Amino acid sequence: MKQKTTTKTTYHIPIGPIHPALKEPVYFEFELDGEKIINVDVKLGHVHRGVEWAGMKRNPIQILYLAERICGICSYCHPAAFTLAVENAADIQVPERAEYLRVIQGELERICSHLLWAGVAAHEIGFDTVLYLTWQIRERALDLTEYLTGNRVTKAIMMIGGVRRDITKDMIPRVKRDMLYFKDNFEKLRHVFLDDKTVKMRSQGAGILTKEDAIKLCAVGPTTRASGVKKDVRVGESYFAYGDLDFNFITPDILTGKINGDVYDRIIQRLLEVKQAIELIEQCIDEMPSGDIVAEPKIPKLLNQLKKVNGEGVGRHEAPRGEVIHYVKFDGQSESPYTWKVRAPTYNNILPWIPMLKGEQIADIPIVAASTDPCMSCTNRVAIVKEGKRYELSKEELHRLSIEKTRRLMK
Amino acid sequence: MTKEKKLTPEGIVKYFKDEFKTKIKDTKIKKKKAGSKKNEGIYIWIKVDKSVFKDTILHLCKLQFPHLAVASGNDLDKTIELIYHFTLNYEQRLGEIILNISVELPKSDPTIDTISDIIPGALITEREKMEMLGVKIKGIPDDRRVFVPDDIPIDVFPWRKDKTGPEKFYKNLHEVKK
Repeated sequence: MKQKTTTKTTYHIPIGPIHPALKEPVYFEFELDGEKIINVDVKLGHVHRGVEWAGMKRNPIQILYLAERICGICSYCHPAAFTLAVENAADIQVPERAEYLRVIQGELERICSHLLWAGVAAHEIGFDTVLYLTWQIRERALDLTEYLTGNRVTKAIMMIGGVRRDITKDMIPRVKRDMLYFKDNFEKLRHVFLDDKTVKMRSQGAGILTKEDAIKLCAVGPTTRASGVKKDVRVGESYFAYGDLDFNFITPDILTGKINGDVYDRIIQRLLEVKQAIELIEQCIDEMPSGDIVAEPKIPKLLNQLKKVNGEGVGRHEAPRGEVIHYVKFDGQSESPYTWKVRAPTYNNILPWIPMLKGEQIADIPIVAASTDPCMSCTNRVAIVKEGKRYELSKEELHRLSIEKTRRLMK
Repeated sequence: MTKEKKLTPEGIVKYFKDEFKTKIKDTKIKKKKAGSKKNEGIYIWIKVDKSVFKDTILHLCKLQFPHLAVASGNDLDKTIELIYHFTLNYEQRLGEIILNISVELPKSDPTIDTISDIIPGALITEREKMEMLGVKIKGIPDDRRVFVPDDIPIDVFPWRKDKTGPEKFYKNLHEVKK
């Protein structure tokens, strides 16, 4: 912890690498004047595991399973982007049915992830009842994932040239039934989050990201869309079956008529996206053509084909947190890729934290930081350096500060 | 920020070729069909000379302010290749164009200008390229490491495939220190 020279009125507070709002390690250093945040510095890298480097020693099929383990929540997005990159490099055409199945899996993951986030966000401002309510709904989504793929989290459903499991006729009624369940509960959640006075007080006007900042800092996903930037890979690019489906950009002004770019808008954004995901799954179920689910079922043949590829490709998929992009280069000699570059959405959402947090209060740190749904890797300790003296603030205490602010506002 | 004129992939390639002529070394337009309606995804690959790299980015910003997804890099034995992945037209339904601008730097002098003064969001990815590939970014406002821990020597670059690579850090992992 290095001490910077500052004026007497401000002091530094380091948060992390272990931090209550983030479920994964990242290090913040805040410069504070009383309760107000003047400046923020972010340090990363506490969970860098060299996955890309490990991938360059493996063949593309092995990488699928490695990519799946980059992130626990986006365990579909990374293999999806990697597959797209390989398919682009090797010019593999995917059967139509597989494209629809891929959309269903991707949207199901979005429902799981956004519901998880809604629960965490409620927890951060002290509404644990809502946390239990959202995670109860999420449980249904996980059960459905297990029913469709065989696993709750690491689904192992992606394959280069298609998917590994079909959704058969007898599975469809259950999918439809669960979609109805989500729709019913969506109304309940919408009411809890959007009409509640206290949620509004804590989130409206907090952590504002302007449209200009979002564009300049290259923010992605719900974070940028909540600021009014229409950037969504699913809508913009034709990949999987997204080009066939009838849907459009979602920004919070659809519901409220204007865009503020605050935490409240990011809550609206994610809730609307859950609804959109449900509709997309229903569309896919209705319009899905019949046919093969994978272009080349024999894996040794596929590997042999990939070994001869000499070229590069980019694969992009809209993960729940934003655009995930993979770059793959094959040299035509080795079985493993020459280069593999992974970029997760949070990578681009780090810099936007700085304008969001500037001018906010300490008690707002958890909810503002959580509002971008950061995904790095979990923790429990905060240390404060005040006028040269260091004392520690536990996770419980920071959380308590956040709850106290909510209670204060409610009075 | 979006201009009225519609951008086509051919138009973009022509725009850069007219502007920089021989300094554009290679261009490639790749289209990939997807789904039942066979709509196309468009990928443009442009290779530019190191001397005009920053100008290219400036001209690109005049065309339309792009979204920079990330910069990736390759160690190509004698040279280091940096590839900047941009997205254009992202506010249009099925209109997105992925523009990959690559530039090769000799290993003897792997220096390139920063673009974080034009696109502030490029900062983290440029810092990553510095620590991972050992390129020098001229004029970068913040040159600290991002991901690589402090106990790795400063002359080791994890993505290099030559002797400055990370080989010696994993070769004898089985040997227990006495």
